[in-house]
Amino acid sequence: MENNEIVKISALVKRFPIGGGHFTALNGIDLSFGTGEFAGLVGPSGSGKTTLLNIIGSLDAPSEGTAEVLGQSVGELSHKKAAKLRKESLGFIFQTYNLLPVYTVFENVEFPLLLLDMSAEEKKRAVLEALEWVGLTDKIKSRPAQLSGGECQRVAIARAMVKKPILVLADEPTANLDAANSHNILQTMEKLNKDLKTTFIFATHDEKVIKYLKRKISLEDGKVVKDEQN
Amino acid sequence: MKAFKLAFRNLIGAGLRTWLNVGILSFILILMIMQYGIYDGWNKQAVTDMIAWEIGSGQIWQEEYDPYDPFTLEDSHAPVPSSIQNEIEKGNLAPVLITQATIYPDGRMQSVLLKGINIEQQVSDIPTAKLEGDFTEIPALIGRITAKNAKLKEGDFVTVRWRDVDGTFDATEALIVGVFDADVPAVTAGQMWIPIERLREMTQMPVEATILIADQEYSWTGSEEGWVLKDHDFLLKEMREMIKMKKVGGSFIYVILLLLALLAVFDTQVLSIFRRQKEIGTYMAMGMTRSQVIKLFTVEGAMHSFLAVVVGAIPGIPFLLWLSNKGMAMPGDTEGFGMAIGARIYPAYSMGLILSVMLIIIIATTIVSFLPSRKISKMNPVEAIKGKLQ
Repeated sequence: MENNEIVKISALVKRFPIGGGHFTALNGIDLSFGTGEFAGLVGPSGSGKTTLLNIIGSLDAPSEGTAEVLGQSVGELSHKKAAKLRKESLGFIFQTYNLLPVYTVFENVEFPLLLLDMSAEEKKRAVLEALEWVGLTDKIKSRPAQLSGGECQRVAIARAMVKKPILVLADEPTANLDAANSHNILQTMEKLNKDLKTTFIFATHDEKVIKYLKRKISLEDGKVVKDEQN
Repeated sequence: MKAFKLAFRNLIGAGLRTWLNVGILSFILILMIMQYGIYDGWNKQAVTDMIAWEIGSGQIWQEEYDPYDPFTLEDSHAPVPSSIQNEIEKGNLAPVLITQATIYPDGRMQSVLLKGINIEQQVSDIPTAKLEGDFTEIPALIGRITAKNAKLKEGDFVTVRWRDVDGTFDATEALIVGVFDADVPAVTAGQMWIPIERLREMTQMPVEATILIADQEYSWTGSEEGWVLKDHDFLLKEMREMIKMKKVGGSFIYVILLLLALLAVFDTQVLSIFRRQKEIGTYMAMGMTRSQVIKLFTVEGAMHSFLAVVVGAIPGIPFLLWLSNKGMAMPGDTEGFGMAIGARIYPAYSMGLILSVMLIIIIATTIVSFLPSRKISKMNPVEAIKGKLQ
């Protein structure tokens, strides 16, 4: 790996209890991601891509093996430390946008900054900059219900990017969007990846997204079957 | 501060649901302040009236005197100690001699307490100056309640029968020289006030008294043998306890109303946590700890009560001020209560009362907001983000 390693996964296994036994969602994953990557976990439903993304995002813990994110072992992090890692260094983009419905666009994008110690002036500047990246400066007072799906996802990108995280995790970001909006979103993210050197890791099975990826990791039944650079 | 800011945004954003809860809470807040204000106003008014009409700054009782036992009246009188005679002359003490008597208005027979009092006294508001004059009959003052019950009015004559110190019955005519109105049944109900010198003559108890009413100039030395001082704590105790009891009894309805409002807040919280799982998951994904999310939801619920205080103040302040000026009319026969109560009660709202009612509502709302929020600590963020039921 030519870049600095920010995610290192070794012999990772994730099992979920089911009935009397358990279901193995990830089985012996070894992977690493460096700074500035634009990579995707690709595979059919149930292949384990979202589970892996959740573990990298410290929202879940491995059953076996290790997942180190920015030098911290996710499995050993307390709730508080995991929250701190997410707050300071990670950004999330969800398939269903997960915007806060009662907040305006500005307030939604501002939210991650409220958890950080920043002055009001700094926050305002950062929010406006993030909205400029996604081209939504004219919608700052709108609420999510007044936006189209594409606009909502752009707000979600701005929210994920506003604190300039080291790593952004996007789970099926285009699943609810039409082709035009999907391309628009992906171009935005590609540009941010280039300009800010932010690492993007996607979980997707959308061909439109796959075309944009610089690295494609194929998963099948919880195992990496292919890891290729585009 | 962050939690307050976020909670406020969420609460305002929730719209009608928030305002319904806030409306109910503010309504109860106003009702509770009004209710307790009425009792406090009654208490204040009753104390003021009792001091003005009946008890002064305290009373000195002949040691045998028991106002609840009429049989003690025969023995509960004694010559006024010479050591305090000058206090009576200075007007700092008003001696009262009490005996049982019967009056015969329109041929009917009614028991009364015949009370002899100094005509010149200024300690009580009883208009004793009206007793002054050269009357053949006994000049007598009666209160509104006695006048009503005996169907007597100023200028009427009524036969009075009493027993002297040796138990011999005697009777004569009394002239009603005045009917006074006071909100203290102990001076207006079943009482007939006459000059103390006349009563002393009638009962053959010269220089004797049953009680002495003191004004604030008088200070008790404790050296008068056979006499005991009864201070405000003692004399007002029963009245205060009765008001307190009525306050507790009257509180039940408001406690039930408050519980209903709290149930609404509790339901809102449960529903919020159920419906907003995705939001909770998103908060966690963005870096909030579980305890921060619990705090956010608790503050959000508790903020209903803060908003209720603000919203309640808009109609509440003018309404409560209006009520405290206008007073609240009491039912016609309030004398039946047997305690000092005015025809109108003027609520009294102290800062302590307002703050304590606000505090009760804020604390109760915070508790019912916190209880359902604890569920968040068991939520799996991955499931929450997906909005899966947990």
